[in-house]
Amino acid sequence: MQRMVFHRILIGIITLWVVSVLVFLMTNALPGDVAQIVLGQSATPESLAAYRAERGLDQPLISQYFGWLGNLLSGDLGTSKAGGASISSLISERLYNTMVMAGIVALISVPLSVGLGLLAAMFPGTWIDKTLTFGTLALISVPEFFIATFMVLIFAVNLGWLPSVARVSAEQSYYDWWRSMAMPLLVLTIVVAAQMIRMTRAGILNVMNSPYIEMAILKGVRRKRIILRHAFFNTIGPIVNVIALNLAYLVSGVVIVETIFAYPGLAKLMIDGVQTRDLPLVQATAMIFCGAYVILIILADVAAILSNPRLRNPK
Amino acid sequence: MTDATQNNADDNDLDTTIYDELPDAPPKKRLKLSWTGKIGVAVVAFWLVIVVIGPWISPFHEADIIGDDSFMGIWTSTEGEGVHILGTDYLERDIFSRIMWGARMTIGISVLATLLAYLIGVTAGIAAAVKRGWIDMVLSRVNDAILSLPTIMLGLLIVVALGSSIPILIGTAAIIYASSVFRIARAFGQEIMVMDYVESAQARGETIWWIIFREVLPNAAMPLATDFGLRLVFVVLFISSLSFLGLGIQPPAADWGSMVRQNLEGLQYGSLAPVWPALAIASFTIAINLIVDDISAKSGGDLARKMIS
Repeated sequence: MQRMVFHRILIGIITLWVVSVLVFLMTNALPGDVAQIVLGQSATPESLAAYRAERGLDQPLISQYFGWLGNLLSGDLGTSKAGGASISSLISERLYNTMVMAGIVALISVPLSVGLGLLAAMFPGTWIDKTLTFGTLALISVPEFFIATFMVLIFAVNLGWLPSVARVSAEQSYYDWWRSMAMPLLVLTIVVAAQMIRMTRAGILNVMNSPYIEMAILKGVRRKRIILRHAFFNTIGPIVNVIALNLAYLVSGVVIVETIFAYPGLAKLMIDGVQTRDLPLVQATAMIFCGAYVILIILADVAAILSNPRLRNPK
Repeated sequence: MTDATQNNADDNDLDTTIYDELPDAPPKKRLKLSWTGKIGVAVVAFWLVIVVIGPWISPFHEADIIGDDSFMGIWTSTEGEGVHILGTDYLERDIFSRIMWGARMTIGISVLATLLAYLIGVTAGIAAAVKRGWIDMVLSRVNDAILSLPTIMLGLLIVVALGSSIPILIGTAAIIYASSVFRIARAFGQEIMVMDYVESAQARGETIWWIIFREVLPNAAMPLATDFGLRLVFVVLFISSLSFLGLGIQPPAADWGSMVRQNLEGLQYGSLAPVWPALAIASFTIAINLIVDDISAKSGGDLARKMIS
């Protein structure tokens, strides 16, 4: 078991390394000379050369990569092209904001969707199940910005209850903070929960199709007891897996939601970096997002291994 | 490749009819959709027709700035021009016409990208399943790396690196989604390659190509076709999300994702301008999912589910 988990984590680390190579190469494939872009057209050849030497841009790509990776690992994320501020200082507050949002969404959506998924699986074919299945199907088929647009239309424009822009700051009162957070939280929760409800339901129904459940049905065990005593414990593993996978989906949801509501989070910072072509910033933020994603996927896999006795004790 | 798959699937169906009377005859594959599935088919068909003839029947050109004002309401008209069925957008363009033109961009590009993803994914997946060894090893590792990145991040990085143009957009979406197709095609391929009928084909001395086209592809065709629908939905969402972020299809070309973004401020003035293109995306993707859901629900009838409900 330990060997399998260790193996999975090792693969994860290799994946992270491949990701770092990809991020580095892609952001370096940009046409144009960084020194030229930063210093402008009027720069003299000497100042260009000095800039390159200072940033190590005259080094071959390989040593540039290892320099960048070394800095990254020691926590030095470089300096932003715009304004020259250190990226760590730019990121820290944004990262905190994004983590707070993702954390709250996870706290709300996980119990909600496991509960509703269980409910749908307990009464398959009834109106509860049909409503949940159709509703979640509709929600996962539409882009995040569709849900966000409608939320803004309903709660900000028609009802006027909530602001359509999520401006959060430390000076805000508790009440104001929740008011500005409400809309992004609502949208993200809906997006993540819809996916999770479907997967939980599918996971339980999958277990319901196994022979031992058929046996229980045939010997006349009541449905509630079958689900709560027999099926549920065997679906804990798959459900934990689903939760980890869906928290990973949060990563892409966050990008859209932060952009729509102008929420000062990490994803907004990255999109701004993409639009101003601020390479060091894009590299750093992309690495953080991909790192979080890969770690969550590893957690999902480890949960799957731990919860399955066959994987836990391979022959 | 898809043509070959299609023909083989047809041949396969013909062959099975001969053995209909046998007690262990394979169940007939007759696709009967429920009413939700039929609605799905109708909506998808409607949009495909718009993709083809939209620009000819739309009242205005997508880039025409003809309205009296920006964010005009539904069914308002401009002097001497005609009625704006869905009003005008932030640049005083006719939204109804732009949605019809945008169908071509959004759906057309997504379909092309999905087809390309399938071409790459199925070829590589079947190759990995059939050849195994180091080809499988290399392809699978590359695939794991792509799958381990959030799609929207990968899209952003590629667009940052190469700029945003329609061919790059199609290529990006195709490569990203080819990886999931690869995984499925490889899994099905591996499953089929160890079947008795493949073994007997090998024993007969059939070539590897014969086995791929006559045994592996026809048997993988149905599950792959269902998956195609799902994949198409993901690609539509991916491309419109990129456009929404301003990094996908570039103006002035009409595209549903960027139409939502550009008109978002209209909500403040009580205009529904961003709602219409959003509804267009939703209707298309929900319709496809309804069809896919219907088909997959039909393909798995099991004792437990029937008994417990």
